[in-house]
Amino acid sequence: MEEKWTTVLQPKKKWLDLNIRELFSYKDLIFLFVKRNYVTKYKQTILGPLWLVISPLLTTLMFVLVFGNIAGLSTDGAPQMAFYMAGNLVWAYFAYCVNQTSNTFVQNAGVFGKVYFPRMVVPISTVLTGLLDFFIQFLLLGIILVIYAISGTAIAINVWALTTPILVLQLALLGLGVGIIVSSLTTKYRDLTILVTFGVQLWMYASPVVYAVGQIPERYHFIYLLNPVAPVITIFRYAFLGTGYVPLLSWGISWITTIVVVTIGFMLFSRIEKTFMDTV
Amino acid sequence: MQETVIKIDNLKKRYRLGLIGSGTLTEDLQSWWARVCKKEDPNIKIGTQISDAKGFWALNGINLEVKRGETLGIIGANGAGKSTLLKILSRVTAPTEGEVRIKGRISSMLEVGTGFHGELTGRENIYLNGAILGMSRKEVDKKIEDIIEFSECRKFIDTPVKRYSSGMYVKLAFAVAAHLDSEILVMDEVLAVGDMKFQEKCLGKMGDVADKEGRTVLYVSHNMSTIQQLCSRCIVLDKGRIIYDGNVEEAIRIYMGTVEQSPVKIDLAGLSRSEEHAGRVAFMQELELLDKQDSVCARNEKLNFRLRYTVEQENLQMYIRIILRYADGTPVSMVTTGETFSGRVGKEEKVVFSLDTEYIVPGKYTMSIILYEVNQFGTYRNCDGVKDAYCFEIQEDKEYAHKMDWSHRYWGHVALKELEVISRS
Repeated sequence: MEEKWTTVLQPKKKWLDLNIRELFSYKDLIFLFVKRNYVTKYKQTILGPLWLVISPLLTTLMFVLVFGNIAGLSTDGAPQMAFYMAGNLVWAYFAYCVNQTSNTFVQNAGVFGKVYFPRMVVPISTVLTGLLDFFIQFLLLGIILVIYAISGTAIAINVWALTTPILVLQLALLGLGVGIIVSSLTTKYRDLTILVTFGVQLWMYASPVVYAVGQIPERYHFIYLLNPVAPVITIFRYAFLGTGYVPLLSWGISWITTIVVVTIGFMLFSRIEKTFMDTV
Repeated sequence: MQETVIKIDNLKKRYRLGLIGSGTLTEDLQSWWARVCKKEDPNIKIGTQISDAKGFWALNGINLEVKRGETLGIIGANGAGKSTLLKILSRVTAPTEGEVRIKGRISSMLEVGTGFHGELTGRENIYLNGAILGMSRKEVDKKIEDIIEFSECRKFIDTPVKRYSSGMYVKLAFAVAAHLDSEILVMDEVLAVGDMKFQEKCLGKMGDVADKEGRTVLYVSHNMSTIQQLCSRCIVLDKGRIIYDGNVEEAIRIYMGTVEQSPVKIDLAGLSRSEEHAGRVAFMQELELLDKQDSVCARNEKLNFRLRYTVEQENLQMYIRIILRYADGTPVSMVTTGETFSGRVGKEEKVVFSLDTEYIVPGKYTMSIILYEVNQFGTYRNCDGVKDAYCFEIQEDKEYAHKMDWSHRYWGHVALKELEVISRS
């Protein structure tokens, strides 16, 4: 008689061993982690969640001051405030995903060493936490656009704005992918953690966050847009501000890159998660 | 016939000894490249052999079946592989070889309060901890009142747990774990928490879990009395293998068997002294059991010991105190010498004393030996002492207690005289 076993523990064998159904059964935990991340972030602060609005505003103002006025970089005709905020909004979410998921294993070693739950729960909840921030800041961008519209500046929101959810999904996947690759490697090589902070900063300057795509010479556009984040920011700006253009081909390539990165990430992660306690 | 819920087949776990990798990516890449090119690894230390033998088998071929509703105790010396086994069962780490099959949900409590966050309130932490341990929100909703009640922390339930006392913290954490619904519970000495009353409550709860609710419990502990209280079956691990599997009494006896019997003569000078015993005015050098080949004796035998010691102070009027413990650590009795003895500084002194074993039931005992003095004010002072210094065994006596197998668990360790029938009618 063949007996029914719910779980079989074996030495690691498969490369891609992601159990979606199991992950789904832990949705409450994902939700609670998101809640915990939120609640604990603003405990014992005076302004609390108001920081969610203040920090992007300050960053944007700084960008306006430094890059818009001192450096005098062109915004392709878009109002500066909206231009930098749009770029920063997208970039901040991506950076958050990479930075936060990249220390999944090291930061949670204590919990991971004592109890089992699908380890993927942690990076996923991190990405979702960031999503909430993104949403609130997105509203802020909306308000600023409305203010511009009322004061008579032409705001060219177009049908591409509908792709926002797809863009955000792509950012989330890409951020998650890069993050978990790094986190899998940091279980053995701690020096990567330092590299990540630095790398993300460099990456920002390689993406059209503080400048417009138009600043790049036309013939380098294709190469420049191989950076998977660049087409996303470009499309986002086009959708809400009407500046720049939609690099469709590059966007396609960027999706392929995203999927490859995420797949590699999942593979590494599922391989590491079973034995990382022995190496961390 | 009960259903098997855990089946372990030839389970092995190997840990690599020493450094894992070199710690930096570049060096690992160099080593890897060297392997690819079949060149010599530039990072390997000179003289170390490149072999797979550089490992340590924490578990070395475990085969085990656990049935539904069993409470299985796992005992063994430190490093026998208990924790590794639990880690694999609770899926914290993967086995190196072999297979474990599990039927039903398994929850592990290798530590209480895993994932508690100081900033969150007690109530929020119950939800979070519950979810980490595998409960859904609905399940916690249903049980939250019971959990709060059990934790005895109702008053503080909406206070962040960072303001809790450590006792409250642990109680709350245990309360969550005790209300888990999973079919199999894996626990690692977590009961050693809280005050006495709460510990009793926890043990009671664990017992209920197994007896009334028919769930399976795997429990690791060094505390033999909780093992006895809780478990219906027990395995003994030694060096990564199961050396015994069966009833609790026997398992504990075998585990005690790994408590080493002392040779006839032992060197006390080399043994460590605990703070309470270190009087530093006298120093015991050596203890020797006289007139015997080994430390096994028959019932009623008098054991004669010779103690060699030195003193650091003149005119010490010392007594000897012996504290007897059964091999599982439960205290049996204490006995002292009636008269004092002293010594001269710088000279090795000897004293011979005898220990009467008439009132002790056959079994294995350890004795702690302490030198102490009583000063003119009637207060005691320890001059020197070694805990569990000597281990001896009193052999089973065929005639004793009508050949009944003595159950130390239920009957204790004291041998009384036979009951005397005074009159009959």
